[in-house]
Amino acid sequence: MYDTSFTLMPKLDFSAYDTKGFYDEMFDENNVIRPNYKLFAERLQNFSQKKLNTLQHATDRAQLSLGMTFNVYSDNQGIERILHLDIIPRIISSNEWTELEKGLQQRIKALNLFIQDIYNDQKVIKDKIIPKEMIFSSASYLKELEGFKPPKDIWCHITGSDLIKGGDGQYYVLEDNLRCPSGVSYMLENREILKRTFPELFEQLDVKPVYNYTHTLRDTLESLVDIDKPTVVVMTPGIYNSAYFEHSYLAQQMGAELVEGRDLVVKNDMVYMITTNGLQRVDVIYRRVDDDFIDPEVFNKKSLLGTPGLFRAYLKGNVVLVNAPGTGVVDDKAVYAYIPRIIKYYLGEDMILPNVKTYICDEADDCKYVIENIHNLVVKQTDASGGYGMLIGPKSTKKEQQEFIAKIKAKPRNYIAQPMINLSRVPTIADNTIEGRHVDLRPYALYGDDIKIIPGALTRVALEKGSIVVNSSQGGGSKDTWVLNS
Amino acid sequence: MLGRVANTIYWMNRYLERAENYARFMDVNYNLSLELPPNEVEQWQPLVLITGDWELYESLYPKVEKSKVIYFLTFDKENPNSIFNCILNSRENARAVRAEITKEVWEQINALYYLVKNTAAKKNQTNKELRRFFTDIKNGCQLVYGMYYATISRNEGWHFAKLGQIIERADKTSRVLDAKYHLLLKSPKLVGSSLDLIQWAALLKSVSAFDMYRKKYGKLTSSGIAEFLILDTEFPRSILACLLSAERCLITLSGSSVGFSNLAQKKLGVLKSQLEYADINDIIAEGMHEYLDDLQGKLNDVSSAIYNSFFSIEPYIQTQSQS
Repeated sequence: MYDTSFTLMPKLDFSAYDTKGFYDEMFDENNVIRPNYKLFAERLQNFSQKKLNTLQHATDRAQLSLGMTFNVYSDNQGIERILHLDIIPRIISSNEWTELEKGLQQRIKALNLFIQDIYNDQKVIKDKIIPKEMIFSSASYLKELEGFKPPKDIWCHITGSDLIKGGDGQYYVLEDNLRCPSGVSYMLENREILKRTFPELFEQLDVKPVYNYTHTLRDTLESLVDIDKPTVVVMTPGIYNSAYFEHSYLAQQMGAELVEGRDLVVKNDMVYMITTNGLQRVDVIYRRVDDDFIDPEVFNKKSLLGTPGLFRAYLKGNVVLVNAPGTGVVDDKAVYAYIPRIIKYYLGEDMILPNVKTYICDEADDCKYVIENIHNLVVKQTDASGGYGMLIGPKSTKKEQQEFIAKIKAKPRNYIAQPMINLSRVPTIADNTIEGRHVDLRPYALYGDDIKIIPGALTRVALEKGSIVVNSSQGGGSKDTWVLNS
Repeated sequence: MLGRVANTIYWMNRYLERAENYARFMDVNYNLSLELPPNEVEQWQPLVLITGDWELYESLYPKVEKSKVIYFLTFDKENPNSIFNCILNSRENARAVRAEITKEVWEQINALYYLVKNTAAKKNQTNKELRRFFTDIKNGCQLVYGMYYATISRNEGWHFAKLGQIIERADKTSRVLDAKYHLLLKSPKLVGSSLDLIQWAALLKSVSAFDMYRKKYGKLTSSGIAEFLILDTEFPRSILACLLSAERCLITLSGSSVGFSNLAQKKLGVLKSQLEYADINDIIAEGMHEYLDDLQGKLNDVSSAIYNSFFSIEPYIQTQSQS
């Protein structure tokens, strides 16, 4: 057998590629290739559609082999799915990235100050920047933390903000995700898989590497305690959790123990893990268990995923939890609307990375506007995520709109609305052709001695034509994200 | 190392060893059935007896049939010890200790899972396909052992993995000997016949012992084979060799080589000494079946003692709820 792709197969043809009405990351409005995609596009000329299809197929197999799967049903006979990885990368220029980096650093710095403030002095409330009901009515606000300061005053050590790019080519932050952002293992493994399937493309393209993420993560976790060689563990809800692959992957890559709640025990307000040689003290826990489940003594009493006494040990300063509990208050979609003012308040700076315009249903004027314009807006439940609990106005029926209006009127605090943003698109392999598909961008930040943004991201892509829902639980896939050095 | 993790590694390897043994048993029996004279009844029942799941088989299937036995031991999801379930369990355990094993080991166990999953989904398999499958399972498991050997540090996890593997292996060798030995001795008039020879050879092949036995003993005799499979100290599948190997693991894990420092060491040490000073003629005179039955019971005791000495988290949970 010999490879016929160069001789007999037709070359890739982008002449029918449609960019109308959207910002396309690869082509400008005149169908000219943008500079960041130039070299890639030249090299892509050597591939036929058939060859690309074959490579696409090989990545699916690679993911199965690596065990990059998530369970759809919570039993061991359940269906295991992969997060489809589209092999055409999203490429970001060096300049674009630098701006994004600055914007994220600014935002995370301000949000961290904000969290520290609301659990301590509450100056932001006293100075009337944000109404106090907004904070105290948030389901994620933990009054148990009032007066508490975490080690090094850092609350959000690990962030994975969701960004989108609109038709104007501008990035917007959609969500901050300060609780337990997931997906970083896909950023790392997608790169490994793409290097293997597309070696010809990578050479000399000068893509910034992402491989040192887990080293930086370990350094960040260790920097939180003043102990020589601290014991760092990753805490997982267990193998049936949909992100279990990531938990085990990160533990393994960092050389940390992967523990479940039942592996830990609290004695004299200190945390130990139960080993074959007895109890061993634990210093830092990168926990991938939500606030509500970490300690049945304090939070959800029925939780079997946590460890009784863990929160007590934390408050005494005997163990570090990463991220700190209570950060979810920033993820509340109503609090999100105040972030431009929060940044200005703490840093005295204008926001670099803008928010999406947000209408707060709890404010009378906004609420009226939302109800009148619901067919043009995206309505979101303030405490939901994963693409659930939302209405996409332009794509909804009258009946669905009426249902949402009823819900908003019943509990305005629980809803916000945003204009429909036309997410940017990236060429994506679809049934033997290449078409634009909508994407978002989730870069990862680590906050230790300083705030580091890893030069890469998880690009999530809505695989269905025209869809703007990129969540993996709702038919989204992913793309490798290349940040160029120059 | 976490107690739960040590336990999981132990079982990951026990299930793998079990799957490999089953694949070998089936393959050898298949081979044997091809060489039997036409009027001879094929022996599929002993295969189920060896696994200790005869009661379950009887409750699921009305009679002993080649195709049913093969399905029961290979793909049956109702049988917790079928090759399908062994590989599934081994992989679930591997997933749970993914951070303790290497990429190489994980990917190979994962590949075995897709092998059984995809094969189980196929209907009406030919004999050739099935034998190919058994070979793939055997080779696939050996590949895991090889990667384990070549890529994993000799740390605690290594010794727990090894313990799981050799305790399972000792158990299976004793069971295969028990079932076959009885079967073969039931027909005294056949002693020395060609059928007799084929069956003895098959017994040895079931535990990959044929070549090494030949080298050491030459002639196939019942007492020689029993001695080789129970008391040999050099052949890696003989029961005593497994116990010696387990003892070395426990010494490393416990840190004491004289006497014992936990129940697992004590139980294993007693059992090992019993075999070290045993004489095959005494064993035969006292009754092979009784001897092997007793031995299997003691192996189970060793396994429970390992659990209590290293894996059990019960005492900690109690102190936890008291605080």
